[in-house]
Amino acid sequence: MNPVILAILVVASIGLVCGVILAAASKVMSVPVDERFGPVRECLPGANCGACGFAGCDAYAQALLDDPEVKPNRCVPGGAEAAKKIAAVLGVESGDVVPMMAHVRCNGTCDNTQKRFTFNGEQTCKAVRMFCGGNGTCAFGCLGCGDCASVCPQDAICIENGIAHVDPRRCIGCALCSKACPNHIIEMIPKSSKVTVDCSNKDKGPVAMKVCKASCIGCMKCQKNCPTGAITVKDFVASIDQSLCSGCGVCADGCPKHCITKH
Amino acid sequence: MKALLAILLTSMLVENFVLAKFLAICSFLGVSKKLDSAFGMSCAVIFVMLMATAATWPIYRFILDPRGLGYLQTIVFILVIAALVQFVEMFLKKYVPPLYSALGIYLPLITTNCAVLGVVVLNITKTYGFAESMVNSLGAGLGYMLAMVLFCGVRSKVDNADMPECFRGIPITLAAASIMSVSFMGFSGLVTGLFG
Repeated sequence: MNPVILAILVVASIGLVCGVILAAASKVMSVPVDERFGPVRECLPGANCGACGFAGCDAYAQALLDDPEVKPNRCVPGGAEAAKKIAAVLGVESGDVVPMMAHVRCNGTCDNTQKRFTFNGEQTCKAVRMFCGGNGTCAFGCLGCGDCASVCPQDAICIENGIAHVDPRRCIGCALCSKACPNHIIEMIPKSSKVTVDCSNKDKGPVAMKVCKASCIGCMKCQKNCPTGAITVKDFVASIDQSLCSGCGVCADGCPKHCITKH
Repeated sequence: MKALLAILLTSMLVENFVLAKFLAICSFLGVSKKLDSAFGMSCAVIFVMLMATAATWPIYRFILDPRGLGYLQTIVFILVIAALVQFVEMFLKKYVPPLYSALGIYLPLITTNCAVLGVVVLNITKTYGFAESMVNSLGAGLGYMLAMVLFCGVRSKVDNADMPECFRGIPITLAAASIMSVSFMGFSGLVTGLFG
């Protein structure tokens, strides 16, 4: 027989035998899948962002089916709508969803602070920070290379005047940027938040004042003024408990460094 | 018996697939983070290696070789191993779901694992008989498991160590793997010394 034809025949027949065995095995060893999996998975947006605490939308859908303790309101991008749909499929209470958004705790724009040196290496925040703790005079602020913007699935973050800005209308609250930021200055807050602190500097007052014009110096004025006790100053930087904040804005008006903003 | 033992020790220690032949590095680095998944992966590799040898050796000996089609061994072996791994995956999914979820994406990785293809091709090139081939594959698989489990321990120590930030993760893992590879060079001459 022609050796070429023989070779083709041999490989083809081996392939055929393997194929038949696999086909038979897939019938014999098929695993029954919960028929609700498809509909539940349909309700989720498929962003695989991990905001729910599971590896992805598939994993969350599976967890919803397997564990009645897992609530359907954990999907932040899908919001109340997704929760309602899942609850309808599973026949359980949906619970409330608080729409979240990312907020950059830094206002160290090119006007307010300076660079110590020019970094010519790879232009990512991670690389800049690894090199002598970043090139800004403030070691806590936004590095401005856009690691957050590059992971954002919604293009909601842009770098303006040296710092990251989040567009609240586009932000879906997945918290990927918050995890990507090497300085950990992106916090997740409810979309309804009215007052925010725009500084993360933990230096003492005089040092903080030297490195940036818009830094929190930990003067405690906001903490004293706040009528609801929502503000605490820790490590010389103020932070607002959004669940207590009434949005009156007394803190923002009184802040000598204008690092608290009322939206 | 002595010859088989020599083959087993050779493929397990002296010519360790991971640390001396540098095959299967991908899964070696990928799955060695946790002891149970490292162990599970090694078991799957041993299983697949033995099955692959049992399937490919007769195919070579009785189908390819008599017809002068020895040059087809690579493509035929890949075909058979790919089908085998698919089969193992289905088998685990049905009967051992915990192992299936632990291995995750690494199980399909065995399909293209060079160690599995390497061991079956090596059995042919070394003109081993069937029993010798099986022992060689078992040794290779056990050697892989040994390397994985040992390296898993090394890694857990390394992960807890205070390390300059630029070395963390893959860089220090590779450095540790190379040191371990050097230490395995100490086994050379073991088999000739024992079995003369």
